[in-house]
Amino acid sequence: MPETFVFYAFSAMAIIASTLVIGQRNPMYSVLLLIASFGALSALYIQLDAPFVAVAQIIIYAGAIMVLFLFVVMLLNAPREDAAEWDRSHPLQHPNIGRFGALLAALLVVQLAWALAKVSELETPVGARADGASVGSVLEMGRILFTRHTFAFEATSVLILVAMVGAVVLARREGSNQ
Amino acid sequence: MIPLSYYLIVSAVLFAIGTAGVFLRRNLITILLSIEIMLNAVNLSFVAFGRYAGDFDGQIITFFVMTVAAAEAAVGLALVIALFRHRESLNPDAFTSLKW
Repeated sequence: MPETFVFYAFSAMAIIASTLVIGQRNPMYSVLLLIASFGALSALYIQLDAPFVAVAQIIIYAGAIMVLFLFVVMLLNAPREDAAEWDRSHPLQHPNIGRFGALLAALLVVQLAWALAKVSELETPVGARADGASVGSVLEMGRILFTRHTFAFEATSVLILVAMVGAVVLARREGSNQ
Repeated sequence: MIPLSYYLIVSAVLFAIGTAGVFLRRNLITILLSIEIMLNAVNLSFVAFGRYAGDFDGQIITFFVMTVAAAEAAVGLALVIALFRHRESLNPDAFTSLKW
């Protein structure tokens, strides 16, 4: 089954790349690996019959947000994390905090497993209940976005404006306003 | 066809990886990247559920999540730049005092 193979290949790629992202001490490699992870997720979106989301994932996430991250990493000449300092100063090195962290991690796993178990019809193929109705039409998606979700869409523009002004104000060098 | 649960499991694993990254890494930029991983994990389950239910709402909320992620990245990175200017460090332990 080529479909199953594609799913496993890209899921494995996304998970491995994400694991490497948090395994890196050099933020530059982390950013580049995260782009690989987003590419794999984009392939999963295409498989889920969501071409708009797949393309937006590449253009907005990999193209815009990650380039912003790359610029900041290069601008700050971000230092590598120091492994010795990590061993010495990481809060999880403290035994009690480490135990509490392990407890919280176990709790997260239980919660996720419980949430998965609560979903009924888990073994139903993902496209079976839709009765062949396609959700891949960008035209139809745009129509719904601009009719039923107009308010949310307009609110987003305010959010973007606020974020833009906020970013400019926060990153401004103090004393350079005259 | 691939069962819905497979996508949800991938999504849960990615979310757990992102959470682990937030707690394990001592670098503000990597912590922000881990938050992006978590947002993407949630996006994947939204799209999978949307495909399962046969309507567009899953894709539309993904669109909004992406917008919020862009705003979050812009403000978060501006904060990182401002903090780095003060302390010459990206280690969150350097920013434990509220005022300096």
